[in-house]
Amino acid sequence: MKSAYDVVVVGAGPGGSTAARFAAELGLDVLLLEKRQEIGAPVRCAEGIGTQVLRRFIEPDPKWVAQVINSCRIYAPNGKYIRLEAPGEGLILERKIFDRRLAELAAEKGATVRCKARVTGVLQEGETVTGVTVNAMGQEHRIHAQIVIAADGVESQVARWAGLNTMVKLAEMDVAAQYLVSGIRLEEPDACWFYVGRAYAPGGYAWVFPKRENLANIGLGITPLHTIKTGETALDVLNRFMAKHFPDASIVSMVVGGIPIDGKTRPISKSGLMVVGDAAHQADPMTGGGIANAMIAGQIAAQVAAKALRNGDVSAEALKEYDRRWHKEVGRAFKPLKQIVEEVIEYPDEFFNELADQLHDRPRLNLVDVFKIALRASPRLMWSLGQLVAMGWF
Amino acid sequence: MILIDYDRCDYCGACVGTCPENVIHLVDTKLFIDNDGCTDCKICTYGCPVRALTFVEEPKGGARREKRI
Repeated sequence: MKSAYDVVVVGAGPGGSTAARFAAELGLDVLLLEKRQEIGAPVRCAEGIGTQVLRRFIEPDPKWVAQVINSCRIYAPNGKYIRLEAPGEGLILERKIFDRRLAELAAEKGATVRCKARVTGVLQEGETVTGVTVNAMGQEHRIHAQIVIAADGVESQVARWAGLNTMVKLAEMDVAAQYLVSGIRLEEPDACWFYVGRAYAPGGYAWVFPKRENLANIGLGITPLHTIKTGETALDVLNRFMAKHFPDASIVSMVVGGIPIDGKTRPISKSGLMVVGDAAHQADPMTGGGIANAMIAGQIAAQVAAKALRNGDVSAEALKEYDRRWHKEVGRAFKPLKQIVEEVIEYPDEFFNELADQLHDRPRLNLVDVFKIALRASPRLMWSLGQLVAMGWF
Repeated sequence: MILIDYDRCDYCGACVGTCPENVIHLVDTKLFIDNDGCTDCKICTYGCPVRALTFVEEPKGGARREKRI
């Protein structure tokens, strides 16, 4: 570890490692810091990602792809399901191996990677972030950087220390709990199952993401407002779900966490600093999926950093380009997505039951068909869906 | 004040992100709360997926109360 770099990236999740990789590839001197002793662990994720978006960054490799997904089942509270065909469209990852591979890629491009190195503060000159202080094995280091990229997750401190408000409001967080379970027998190991409706997961949904025919991530996300109202936590709801639907499953791993979900446009950069991934609330407000968005943001941040350093200008105005490009490429879909979610979580369970009654025996459905039918049942969705269509979704 | 049940805490960091005062810190796998800066808003207790955080009334005449006066 030297005392100065062009770019210091804090956090070696998919967002941080991708930022480090592209920054190094663009010729910058990069340091990637991970506070844990091991990159990729503990996993805080349901490990699902779209194949197409992943391919923009890395070719899927059996070493870290647990399962290729070819279809989805969407379960209504009455137990009937709609089946959507999605051949090859999704992947369930082995995040422990995947995350490490992404960090290796950064290293292969020339970035310096350090684990068990915890950032304890930011260095600032006036309003400009100029580096970080790092505790590595009990030794305190001051490391200067032209640009700091904060990819330090839901528990992000770097952005808050630097004066950006990245606090997560309770109403804007999904609280999730998941078990990796064994000893089950899945009828279709290449299908993702989603459970919608209050009966399963109040304010969210439950999922079964298979990793093999007898191994799966089973989890759910709820709104903390449910916990305020009833005292029931995400883990309580999951235990209830497991007892009912998978009573014989053996638990080989437990994962819990909060996902910042919001439909707002918030400042995610300032002079000398860009914020990436969960730290910048970049998970998809509908699915809660954050891997792909973090990687997209990481790449943009790296490109903006390279340009800023080439021009010798790391001012807030120069780095605002990161905010603009993020918004244009992904962020602007968040508001309509969040509006759809807010509309749909108000639906009574009977709505989903009726939808499933109508559609459960229909072959070869896709998501557009479901939206069309939902639209007929609930015209208020029109505006939000129209926004997404205008952005080139579907 | 907020009590941490280390037998339940899975050090996920959800509470850290939601704390309006930013007085909850995750150091490796251990959670710390600076109860002096805590305003007893209880937000963290609702954001915790595993009920590892509980609010308790401070004992009367406790150290913190004296400090406030």
